[in-house]
Amino acid sequence: MKHFALAGNPNSGKTTLFNALTGATAHVGNWPGVTVDRREGVYRKTPEPVSLVDLPGIYSLSPYTAEEVISREYLLDHKPDCIINIVDATNLERNLYLTTQLMEIDVPLVVALNMMDELEKNGDKIDVKKLESRVGLPIIPISALKGEGIDELMTRAYEASQTPREAVTVLNESALGHLIGDCRIALEGAEVEHSLFHAVKLVELDELEVKAHPASAKMVEDFKKTFSDDTFGGDFEAIVADSRYKYITAHYSSSLTRNVERELKGTRSEKIDRVLTHKIWGIPIFLMILFVIFHLTFSENLLFLGAAFSPNVVDELGNEYWVSLPGTVAEGLFGTDGIASPGVFLMNLLSWGTDSLTGAIADGLAAIQAPEWVSGLLCDGILGGLFAVISFLPQILLLFFFFSILEDTGYMARIAFILDRIFRRFGLSGRAFLPMIMGFGCSVPAMINTRTLSDEKEKISTIRVIPFFSCGAKLPILTAIAGGIGLSFGLPHTDLITYGMYVVGMVVALVAVLLMHHTTQKGDVPPFIMELPSYRLPQLRSTMLLLWDKTKHFIKKAFTVILLSTIIIWLISHFSWSWKFLSDEEMGQSILAGIGQFIQPLFTPLGWGAQLGATGWVFAVAAITGLVAKENVVATFGTLAACLGAASLNVELDGGLSAVAAMISETGVGVPALIGFIVFNMLTIPCFAAVATAKAELSSKRLFAGTLLFWVATSYAVSSMFYTIGTWWWTCFIWLAAIALVVVLVVLYNKGIIKPIKPWRRRAKRGTCGCDCAGCVHRGDCEAALAEVRAKKVASKKDSE
Amino acid sequence: MKKKLSEFAVGDKGVICEVAGEGRVRRRLFDMGVTPGAEVQLRKKAPLGDPLEVRLRGYTLTMRKSEAEQVTMEVKK
Repeated sequence: MKHFALAGNPNSGKTTLFNALTGATAHVGNWPGVTVDRREGVYRKTPEPVSLVDLPGIYSLSPYTAEEVISREYLLDHKPDCIINIVDATNLERNLYLTTQLMEIDVPLVVALNMMDELEKNGDKIDVKKLESRVGLPIIPISALKGEGIDELMTRAYEASQTPREAVTVLNESALGHLIGDCRIALEGAEVEHSLFHAVKLVELDELEVKAHPASAKMVEDFKKTFSDDTFGGDFEAIVADSRYKYITAHYSSSLTRNVERELKGTRSEKIDRVLTHKIWGIPIFLMILFVIFHLTFSENLLFLGAAFSPNVVDELGNEYWVSLPGTVAEGLFGTDGIASPGVFLMNLLSWGTDSLTGAIADGLAAIQAPEWVSGLLCDGILGGLFAVISFLPQILLLFFFFSILEDTGYMARIAFILDRIFRRFGLSGRAFLPMIMGFGCSVPAMINTRTLSDEKEKISTIRVIPFFSCGAKLPILTAIAGGIGLSFGLPHTDLITYGMYVVGMVVALVAVLLMHHTTQKGDVPPFIMELPSYRLPQLRSTMLLLWDKTKHFIKKAFTVILLSTIIIWLISHFSWSWKFLSDEEMGQSILAGIGQFIQPLFTPLGWGAQLGATGWVFAVAAITGLVAKENVVATFGTLAACLGAASLNVELDGGLSAVAAMISETGVGVPALIGFIVFNMLTIPCFAAVATAKAELSSKRLFAGTLLFWVATSYAVSSMFYTIGTWWWTCFIWLAAIALVVVLVVLYNKGIIKPIKPWRRRAKRGTCGCDCAGCVHRGDCEAALAEVRAKKVASKKDSE
Repeated sequence: MKKKLSEFAVGDKGVICEVAGEGRVRRRLFDMGVTPGAEVQLRKKAPLGDPLEVRLRGYTLTMRKSEAEQVTMEVKK
């Protein structure tokens, strides 16, 4: 079996080609930098099957980004039999820049000239024969999207892989040509593989190479002392990059005939951008698009049609409902206020299916007279927990569907362009906005979406604050408790509490991002030099493949981590310490209640701890069950209100209002404590599904543990702030003083006046930790230290001269 | 006449003379084709005035003003 690698610029159609060749389900997006891990697949039409690796999209083989380092190490160390360099014909010069670097590796190389159809549509022309003879590599025009030319590409690549290729460089004629030649001879003498590639990188004084070949590096340093370029002085890295582009313009660009008229008039994308990134309308249009997406996914009143018609059912109390064909598939077609949006309808449809399944199994178990705990464990514990998590799937997928369309079309990059200015203040780039706003729907797709962030620190900060953007499942907690407060204390406008909590979440998120930017996730604001890809029509097939991929991942998680945790929670809530099965109403004697009573004092500063006495444990237990899924909080209220002595309450009937009211009257809890409870639930560790996603997206266990700690600490601090200030208003001065102290400490720390004791923060060296530099959290430190060393070297050289 | 790219008005064209700065940002600019001799036009500014949208080498690139400050241009009429 042969091994080929696919390399090319981000957004050049690499993953589309990969999918076309292997039929695999790799994700394609119109966002520069979607493929972070490499994907593998097999192509079988050549005489011998070929295993293909899809490398992350890169612009260069510099050592500055994780993607570049991954690709470079793969190409050099794994020695593929052939590299297929995919080049976007509509963006020839910049794409060939990478080609000039790939040709310096001693591996057969063919160029796939992609998007030829789009090029012709634009009225541009490329003389492929001429370009081929100039570049000196096989060049095959293809259209990955339509599958044109891809079999010929593989035939030519297979032919090329039969004979070894000797590396060549376009830098021979440049000022550094001789130096590169000398380095190459020296490296060949030392029997280094890919001598030309390493020689060029050495001349660039690439940090990875200098360390690997110190002897030759010294030769470059010596030469540098005697050399000075008119424009660049002694910056060899700049001279090399410049020489490449000069060579491309001089030798390759003549094969391209541009449609001058189009360039003057503006491209199709520019015409679209005149509207979408308009000076005044750009932001309102973006907000509108966002609203429509959320409306289609979460609204119970599609297009606000509910107001136009009167509900079809009025009960004895005068409450009006929308009901459609109860007990049938069409039941979920109407929401409570009108026609359901597609997202809500799909969710209702799924829960109709899962409810029927659970019901059938319960009936079956009753028929064979299975013991009560068996049907409880199976139906309530396992199935109930699983279905609670899976019930989000339709809305998660729909949200994903819309956002992947935004990404495929190229609008996502524009959103970053529009919003960068605002987010820079918080040490983030405009790209971080999307995952955050997705958090209002569901944290799971939001966290997965952080993959589009190129900066590791930005990604960590964003994942950590996503749960603060209160998701759909937290809304019932807000409305139930706010409503309960209204019912019990006679407060008007309790919906203001709900809105207020959303605002609190956002404010805490921004403060937390700012704080992290100045402490643990310190670093420069990531550069924002990004390609704005041309607008393209979304590809339905690749979107569907993506959704299928997400569904698989989610289901897999639901059946492993989440399943196990729901079983444990169910077991400890339905068994007593003496291992006796308890019905729902007896939950007060369960192991969970015991744990609740044990940890209850911990929540005293939050208002629902020791001061509530014997019945206060219910809040602790509700918060714990909320870890499975936030819906459980209100459901647990219903169960626990019953076991505190109130009449059995159906939380589904009134959204848990009476359950909360019963809890309030039984426990004697006050308003500040209830607010403290909401705040805690909103900011603390999110549901298991989100936690599992965060774990998958964060690169190390240490970061994951830090994230869990961050959630607990933030929710605890903010919630106790609300409780104490709400109970004793003068404590606000203490809190203000504490906040001022933190600000002063952070400022002093950043000015270097005080040094924190941080035994765990070592300056990592490559190799000592056993992991790779690419994903290292201390990368920023290394780079900073390296820059320092370099600056000192330059300074000392100037002195000696 | 020489001018920084960040001082360009929308629609201004020019040829890059020099790219200042160092390290990561400078290399990134080079890799994206922002090298001396390349022809650049400032096509647009974002609604809030920053970042900028420029056209060069037949494609569209966006960068912040702070990054464009590193690029010195020979203005073309």
